[in-house]
Amino acid sequence: MTHLGEPLYSKPVRIRERRRGYYVFFVAVPLLALLFQVYVPLFVSSLAYLELPLLVTLHTALTRRAPLLGLSYGCGVGLLQDALSNLPLGMYGIVKTLIGFFAANISMRVDVDNPLVRFLTALTLYFFHQLFYWVLARALLGQQIHFEVATTLLFAILNAAVAVPLFQLLDKV
Amino acid sequence: MQLLLKRYRDLTVLVLVLAVQVLLLAWQVRTGQDVRLIRVWAVASVMPMARVVEFVRANTIGVARDYFQLVDARSRNKELEKELGRLKMENQFLKTELATADRARALAAFQSRSPSRTLAARLIGSATSSNSRVVYLDRGASSGVRKGMAVVTPDGIAGKIVAAFPSVSQMMMVTDPAFAAGVVSQRARVHGTLKGQSPSVCIVDYVQNEDDVKDGDWFFTSGDDRIFPKGLPVGRVKTSRTGGIFREIRLEPSGIRGGIEEVLIVVEGVHQEIPDSTQSSQELHMLPRPPAEPESDPNKMIDFSTTGSALTTDADQVLERYRRLGAAQGHTYGAGGVPNFNIPVPDAPRAAPSKPAQAEGAPPAQGATAQPAPPAAPGTARPR
Repeated sequence: MTHLGEPLYSKPVRIRERRRGYYVFFVAVPLLALLFQVYVPLFVSSLAYLELPLLVTLHTALTRRAPLLGLSYGCGVGLLQDALSNLPLGMYGIVKTLIGFFAANISMRVDVDNPLVRFLTALTLYFFHQLFYWVLARALLGQQIHFEVATTLLFAILNAAVAVPLFQLLDKV
Repeated sequence: MQLLLKRYRDLTVLVLVLAVQVLLLAWQVRTGQDVRLIRVWAVASVMPMARVVEFVRANTIGVARDYFQLVDARSRNKELEKELGRLKMENQFLKTELATADRARALAAFQSRSPSRTLAARLIGSATSSNSRVVYLDRGASSGVRKGMAVVTPDGIAGKIVAAFPSVSQMMMVTDPAFAAGVVSQRARVHGTLKGQSPSVCIVDYVQNEDDVKDGDWFFTSGDDRIFPKGLPVGRVKTSRTGGIFREIRLEPSGIRGGIEEVLIVVEGVHQEIPDSTQSSQELHMLPRPPAEPESDPNKMIDFSTTGSALTTDADQVLERYRRLGAAQGHTYGAGGVPNFNIPVPDAPRAAPSKPAQAEGAPPAQGATAQPAPPAAPGTARPR
C-alpha cells in the first residue's frame, strides 16, 4: 500500500459506510417503527400506547442536532403514519414536523446524551405531541375528541421509559 | 431580505413545510378527496413486511414455543417429560386444527347460508393511529373489494371498507368513533343510527325517549345506509335509559366479540327479513321426530297425525279405534250385532284420508280439500 493508495482506497469505504448509516436511519428505522405500530398491537394490545414513530423522530432530531433535518424527518414519518391510517394526510405530519424541529433545537442547547435529559425530553414532547394532535383534530377536522390529561401523562411516562433504552440501542446502530 | 431569510432559514423552512401541510389538509377536508398516491406508496412499502412477519410468526413461533417447552420438561424428567411433551404437542396441534376447522366451518356455513355474495379475508395489520380503530385485510381491489363494502362475521357486522388498495384493504371497525350504520331493533322495530364509542361498546343514536328499547333487545341492520344489507345482527343492548334529547342506548356489538381473525366482505349484498324470534331461541337444539312404531300391535294407540285430526284424549282414541274396526268389518253401529274388537286395528289410508269416512257413509269432503273427514257423531258411532 503506497501513500497514494490509502486515500484512493479508503474514501469510497467511508462513503459506503456513511451511506449505509443514512439508509438505516432514514429508511429502515422509520419503516420498522411503522411496522411495529401496524403489526404488534394486533397481538399485544397493551403495546398500542407506544408511539415508536415519534420516538425514532425524537432520536434522530436529538442526535443529529439539525433543525432542518429534524423537521424533514418528522414530516416524512408523520406523513407515512397518516398514510397508513384513515386520517387526512397532514395531521401527524404537522405534529411530527413541529416535534422534530423542537427536539433538534433543544439538542443544540442541552446535553441530550444524559439519560435523565432524554427521559424528560421524551416525556415532555410526547405530551405536546398528543396536545398538538388534539388541537389540530378539533380546529382543522372539527372532531370532538376528549383530551384526558392523566392518561396522556401516564402514556408519556411509559413512552419516555421505553425511549431511554431505545435511544441507547439506536445510538449503536 | 436575503439576509433575513438566511438568518432565519430554519424557521422559514418550518413555516413553509407547515403551510404546505395545512393547505394539503384543507384541500382534503374541503374537497373530500384523498392523496391516494402517497397512501398507496406507504401501504406498498409497509404491508409486504407485515405479510412476511405474519407468515414467519404463523409458521415458526408455535413450533419454537413447543420446542422450548420440551427442552424445559426434559430437564425435569427425561423420559416421562419427553412423552408428555409429545402428547402436549399433539394435543396443541389437534386443538389448533379443531379451532381452525371450527372457525372455517362456521365461516363457510354462514357464507353458504347467506344470500349475499361474500369474500373471505384475514386481518393482517392495524392502523397506526391510536385514536381510530382501523385494520388491514389481505384482500384488495384485485380481488374485487371496493370502498364502502360491508364486512361481517357469522355473529354480526364487523365494519366497512374505507379504502381498497391493490392487494390489501382498510376496514373501519364498528367501534371506530367515525363509524355509522342504520339499525333497527328486533322487538319494537325502532330505527336508529349505530355509532362506535369505545373498543367494545357502540351507541345507538337518534332514538326518541318515548321509543320502546329495553336492555337485552337485539338490533339488526336496517339497510337504510345502503352499505349493510338489511337483517344482519348488530348486537345486544347493554343499557337503555332516557337521555336529554334522545335515548341513551349502549350496545355490545356481536360481530367482533372475542376478537376477529377472519371476516367476510360482502361483495353483493342481499336484504333479508329481520327474524321475529329472539336470538336465544335459535340456539335451542331440537331432535328430529321419532320414527313410526312397528305395526301388528292390536292395542296400539291411534296415530292422529295420519288422519289429520286434532283429537288427542284417550276417549277419542278409543272412539277412533272402534270406528276403524267397524269400518273394516262393514258394521254399522246401532244397526244390531257386535263387531270383532280383537282383530288388529287397520291403518287409516295416508294418501286419501277422507276414504274411511266415505266407507262409513259419511258425506264426501266438499271441493278439493285435503282435510280428513270429521269423526262420526257421538250418537251414531258409539259402540255398544
